[in-house]
Amino acid sequence: MASIEQAERRAPWILLSPALTAVGLLLLVPLVFVLVYSFWLRSAVGGIDATFSFNNWAEVLGDRFYRDILLQTIKIALITTVVCALAGYPAAYFIARVKGVNRGFLLLLLMLPFWVSYIIRTMSWINILGVSGAVNSLLQAMGIVTDPIQMLYNETTVVLGLVHYLLPFMILNIYVSLDGIDTTLEDAAHSLGATRWQAFTEVTLPLSMPGLGAGALLCFVLGAGTYITPIILGGPRDAMFANLVFDAIITQLDWPLGAALSLALLVVLGTVVVVYNRFAGLGQLAKGLG
Amino acid sequence: MENAVELRDIVKRFGSFTAVHRMSLDIEQGSFLTLLGPSGCGKTTTLRMIAGLIDTTEGDISIKGKRVNNLPIHKRNLGIVFQNYALFPHKTINENVAFGLKYRGVVGEEAERRVRDALELVQLPQMGDRYPRQLSGGQQQRIALARAIVIEPDVLLLDEPLSALDANLREDMRVELKRIQDKLGITTVFVTHDQGEALAMSDKIVVMRGGKIEQVGEPQAVYDAPESEFVAEFLGSTNILGGRVSGRQGEGVTVDATPFEGVEVPADRAGQTNGATDIKLLLRAEKLLVEPGGSADGGGIAAPAVVETVDYQGQSVRYFLRVGDRRLQAINMVNGKPFAEGETVTARFDPRHCSLLPAQPGEAQA
Ligand SMILES: Nc1ncnc2c1ncn2[C@@H]1O[C@H](COP(=O)(O)OP(=O)(O)O)[C@@H](O)[C@H]1O
Ligand SMILES: [Mg+2]
Repeated sequence: MASIEQAERRAPWILLSPALTAVGLLLLVPLVFVLVYSFWLRSAVGGIDATFSFNNWAEVLGDRFYRDILLQTIKIALITTVVCALAGYPAAYFIARVKGVNRGFLLLLLMLPFWVSYIIRTMSWINILGVSGAVNSLLQAMGIVTDPIQMLYNETTVVLGLVHYLLPFMILNIYVSLDGIDTTLEDAAHSLGATRWQAFTEVTLPLSMPGLGAGALLCFVLGAGTYITPIILGGPRDAMFANLVFDAIITQLDWPLGAALSLALLVVLGTVVVVYNRFAGLGQLAKGLG
Repeated sequence: MENAVELRDIVKRFGSFTAVHRMSLDIEQGSFLTLLGPSGCGKTTTLRMIAGLIDTTEGDISIKGKRVNNLPIHKRNLGIVFQNYALFPHKTINENVAFGLKYRGVVGEEAERRVRDALELVQLPQMGDRYPRQLSGGQQQRIALARAIVIEPDVLLLDEPLSALDANLREDMRVELKRIQDKLGITTVFVTHDQGEALAMSDKIVVMRGGKIEQVGEPQAVYDAPESEFVAEFLGSTNILGGRVSGRQGEGVTVDATPFEGVEVPADRAGQTNGATDIKLLLRAEKLLVEPGGSADGGGIAAPAVVETVDYQGQSVRYFLRVGDRRLQAINMVNGKPFAEGETVTARFDPRHCSLLPAQPGEAQA
């Protein structure tokens, strides 16, 4: 008896060990390197000078420039999340409740964008909104404007690009939540005197909160960590925090500063995840991704 | 008496499929009416049309004399108990029960009092602060009932409310539900595919088949005088024997139906066969008594039989008997030891418990 129980207790760990090994080697070990780097210095030729120093951290935490860009990043990620939630909820509701249409087909449509590289999807906006893009060509052809309008390279287009990228994640998460809600609950609320809208706000909406929360967390974290969208669709003043990491490491070859910056971002986003987990639990997130 | 609900020629089509065909029905104020029929016969569809959860394709529905076809569900003042209970998982029991009151403007102390009364009525007064998941299936069922009746609905609609419960609990809830319905005198439409539930609880049973009403009547009438083979077989096990009318007298009809001869069926049970000579004799399995072989004349009709199969069920036993070249079912109470397979017995019944149908439906009317 005891040996069966022992084997049962060991089984999950045995099954998990390949994954744990991968996470350990590919995530934790590099993270330790990054941590160590952040306390070293950039050598004159762009290499690494392995002398212990708080310089990088002093710069990251002390310089207003970094703080402002962090706030800007959080702002853009928040706006993106709100737009995704507002646009994604009705879409998810439709997919979850539609009758007579192949739901699998709708979900497939939702996945379709993932087949094209995120960078290419982002660049497609240049063909749409650029000075010689579709919208300007149309406006000029119709004689509404003579000179093309500069619509790209501002905060709005960064948000647009992020929404384009992140909306499917939001929709999927909300959909999974809504799909798990028994539709007779709304019928029951309705039969007890609530209007359709009241039944929705009293029953369906609160019950779908876990999915909405998980989708929001995902959008926020992925949005706040992106650097490609601001590079492609943002102007010079629209850099986000991950762009700083990119600049430090790729442009200035300052790995130690880049390490400190990326850890700072990791701590901020990690805090958001931990706080979320405390109040809502991450289990739902796994459901939405699966 | 006044009708609480009237259905007039209601039809429901899903695409080209007709789920309910021109159904008309009057449901008396305060009565307990059961829609009984096999799965897929349109019971739920009918109930959902009364509830306003789906539209009728044709026909009219009136509640308390008012046509409600275009009245949305939340204005119909109905109490609905769903098969899966449909309690709101994020609300406490108190909040669940108070839900309908809130939308009727009943709040504060009055609401609290009524919730308390409703919970007492379903005998769960202590559960108010719990969440549905903390309750057993049977308890959730009672809460669903409390939530439906606390709003004092004009009609209570129940869709197979007991089918998710296990057997013992189901019988308890059956008694409980009937007690509450009697006490409140609330007009109730109950949907089930279980003939036992229908017979035990109903004032009136509507037997449905393929979207049509097959027979309407009080439980005993439907049971004793089924108007079709379908009803006879659906409400309990029935032996159906083809036969001929050999004589008619004032009191009833005499028929020969192999292996039995000279069966005198009373007039009130031969209703549909007036004029027909080819008939079917319906003999309920419970009314066919199995006695020791060669037993003395105990009256009625008797024939020697051989026990082929014994299906022992505790307080009762189901025998499959061979009588002549016919195979008949008998369900008898067990006192002492049941008969054994292969034993020679006497099969006996009282012809007053039989009923007749014309061999071809509709022939009698022609
Ligand atoms: N929404 C629907 N769309 C298409 N067919 C349906 C729908 N609802 C019910 N039906 C069909 O109508 C028939 C009656 O269904 P229902 O009323 O649920 O039967 P019951 O409750 O008696 O088991 C069934 O054949 C069912 O498949
Ligand atoms: Mg049904």
